[in-house]
Amino acid sequence: MSRETSPIVGRLDWTVTPYTDLLREVNSSTIVGAGAASVLVLGAIAGVVLLTWKRWWAPLYRDWLTSADAKKIGIMYIALGLVMLARGIIEGFVMRAHQASALGTLAQPESGLVAPDHFAQLFSTHGTIMIFFVAMPLLIGLINFVLPQQLGARDMAFPVLNQISLGLTAVGAALVMISLLIGKFGTGGWTMYPPYTGIDFSPGEGVDYWLWAILISGVGSTLTGMNFAVTIFKERAPGMHFMRMPLFCWTSLCVAIMLIYAMPALTVSSGMLVLDRYLDFHFFTNDAGGNMMNYANIFWMFGHPEVYILILPAFGVFSEISSTFSGKRLYGYTSLVIASMSIAVISFTVWLHHFFTMGQSAGVNIAFGIATMIIGVPTGVKIYDWMATMWRGRVRITTPIVYLTGFFLLFVIGGLSGIILANPSIDYQVHNSTFLVAHFHNVIIPGVLYGMLAGIHYWFPKAFGYRLDETWGRRTAFLFVGGFVFTFLPLYVLGLMGMPRRSPTFQNPDFLPFMYIAAFGAVLMLCALAALIWTFWTSYRNRLSLAVPGGDPWNGATLEWSTPAPVPEWTFPRIPHVVARDDWGEAKRGEDPWKAPERYDDIEMPANTAHGLLIAGAAFAFAFAMVWHVWWLAILSFLALPGLLILRGMMVIEPRVISAAEVEEADRRFRHQVANLTPVTRADEETELNRGVPDVSEFAG
Amino acid sequence: MNEANLYPGLNLGGGHGDAHDQAENTVFGFWVFLMSDLIIFGILFASYASYRDPIGLAGGPGPRDLFDIESVAIQTAFLLVGGVAYGGVSLAVKYETGRAKVIAWLLLCAALGAGFLFFEVKDFITQAGKGGVPQASGWLSSYWALVGLHGIHVLSGIVWILAMIAQIIKRGMDDTVKVRLSMLGVFWHFLDLVWVGIFSFVFLVPLA
Repeated sequence: MSRETSPIVGRLDWTVTPYTDLLREVNSSTIVGAGAASVLVLGAIAGVVLLTWKRWWAPLYRDWLTSADAKKIGIMYIALGLVMLARGIIEGFVMRAHQASALGTLAQPESGLVAPDHFAQLFSTHGTIMIFFVAMPLLIGLINFVLPQQLGARDMAFPVLNQISLGLTAVGAALVMISLLIGKFGTGGWTMYPPYTGIDFSPGEGVDYWLWAILISGVGSTLTGMNFAVTIFKERAPGMHFMRMPLFCWTSLCVAIMLIYAMPALTVSSGMLVLDRYLDFHFFTNDAGGNMMNYANIFWMFGHPEVYILILPAFGVFSEISSTFSGKRLYGYTSLVIASMSIAVISFTVWLHHFFTMGQSAGVNIAFGIATMIIGVPTGVKIYDWMATMWRGRVRITTPIVYLTGFFLLFVIGGLSGIILANPSIDYQVHNSTFLVAHFHNVIIPGVLYGMLAGIHYWFPKAFGYRLDETWGRRTAFLFVGGFVFTFLPLYVLGLMGMPRRSPTFQNPDFLPFMYIAAFGAVLMLCALAALIWTFWTSYRNRLSLAVPGGDPWNGATLEWSTPAPVPEWTFPRIPHVVARDDWGEAKRGEDPWKAPERYDDIEMPANTAHGLLIAGAAFAFAFAMVWHVWWLAILSFLALPGLLILRGMMVIEPRVISAAEVEEADRRFRHQVANLTPVTRADEETELNRGVPDVSEFAG
Repeated sequence: MNEANLYPGLNLGGGHGDAHDQAENTVFGFWVFLMSDLIIFGILFASYASYRDPIGLAGGPGPRDLFDIESVAIQTAFLLVGGVAYGGVSLAVKYETGRAKVIAWLLLCAALGAGFLFFEVKDFITQAGKGGVPQASGWLSSYWALVGLHGIHVLSGIVWILAMIAQIIKRGMDDTVKVRLSMLGVFWHFLDLVWVGIFSFVFLVPLA
């Protein structure tokens, strides 16, 4: 960088925004850049105005930002994930639109909507956002919301730590967002391979944005994994043996274990790149004994388990919904547990297939190729189990089932193309082509995205007290399925025709028809996003007719359906004694499942605290200062972190006690209400008759 | 009254009532965290090994030019005796022999840790003087990162010890403080464990 570093504002000055680029030169690329920055600014202003106008600042702070309730933290995670999803999908659309207009000629090789550098920023932020700030918040949020309820626990093992994890994840997302307005993002893809991302070739702030976003949110994810693991090991309700846990809890346990053991690798590879960039270390440089291959190695030690961190919660969701919406017991529970655990373990032994072409020996490649094919086996077991669960069940084609069906059809294609890529000699032919892009979208969209959306649809009533609109839910699901098919299946063909990934332009006119099909698919994806937003909005407007105060709208079998909807902050008036797998289903076979507990006790809940918010604030200031080399702020905010921890350590923090009388009053009102609501049969599940009290005589699962 | 061991390591024991049960979750969680931390060190150890070849050394100064095994031995003594001293803290907490003894043992731990850091930093400065700066080669980068990270851990351990002393003075030996002292113990011994690895693989193996 030729710019001077000021002692006060570091490298910040007035020329860092995309508006400067627009003033310098007006073309489609700078207009898109300035437009995106404007959306961010206007969105922020609109948010502030809305909060002020509705007087929501105080409730937002009191009920949400300072809450240590895992359910609320989960909902905030999901909200964060959905906001970032909107940006990710729009970026995907811009990239498809760009490539559809990017046919160059030999005389003029560059063409298209955005400049090559801008395109590189797009695919880098798109990947970073979709993995770290959409998929991760969605799955961590869903687990936060569901796991304690399914285990019969009141909360996570470490509620305040949970709040800090959320804060750190949000800091990462905020850094990626603010890079739209202030400065640029890195251009090295979501993996940011050196030496290209080293200081010699990427001197600007872009890679630093990525590094600090990843490091800080990565610490948050590690702590989350620890929290999940301790919750599952130590906070299960009495009688909730491991083999009685719902399958979603099992996949959460796998996720926890993988977060604990995989995230440190990402921390190390990013930390080393930070040292290279800031202090001239030589881990990954071309000269002085650096070895850039080590980066790929360490990164993918994290990166491959990460893939299964993303997919396993979705597998947990599919296990729950296939059983519930078929009215059948989950087929092959034990095999699903073993398969999940096998995936978690084997996922640590396949990372090398991400760089078969790096130049190691053929023997090493073959070993990892075989391991990669082996991991397909437990995944296949699971798919058969879900299909067997639905076989001869009374399947209701609700929104989650549409997602599940889309998953069955598409995920299998993605899995098969993965097995193809697992063969090193084939991988040599198609690596770095859009074939690969098609493959990983083919597993991540039908797997993670459909799974998370199905889960949100399934548990939404538990969080807010009303169902989501089924008609619009199904439309959204169909649009996501169609959007995927049109956008990504053509990329398989393009990859086989020789189209490299991340390429801002191409000169072969034969590619063009497929580019148009893919661009059409991207339009469908945009429509799906709009339909998703509309689903939430229309359901909110019709919340009275969709309300399910009985709390069990789908005739479920697991503990979370035994409580009211929306679920009270203490979840259970008394910690349940679990007697069977699918304990709530077992209760439905007995006398009166909604029998009140014999007595009520005072309940201790973690007190609200701004600790997580303060930590997040300090972490954001630190990261932003490091990106822009504002050293005084970096030092101050870094010292604030241990300072905050030490200060809180000195304080004696009393839990908030909810009196037995209050719990009893609320619980009796709920049970009274349930007794007065008309039970609904499955046939009427989607109608207004569904008030959350199912016809227990129908329960067979 | 739960007399069973609820987590690996020295338990507070049933005599401590609630604190013993609280420690189950918290100290177990801290063990999990340390397993994660251990992966970080593990990868840095592997990196150190991979850079310890002529390419990684890149013509810069090597182990024989830089390492002073006597100083490393002194550091080892400081750190391991510091580990033993924490045994004093744990026993004083468990058998409730008084606040003053706990603080005295903690101060001894902090002093021994500071002694370790003094010699470590002195070594770093000497090495830098001989051209052994982390900017000199890939191997030196990995050496500084690994040993430096351990040093930062020791420093945070000392800060944590001082914070705990402040808490004992301000709050007294309440349940939370006892649980935190149990966690700190696990952390402090963990530093010894990592150091044994560093002493063996970073210093002894290249000099052998």
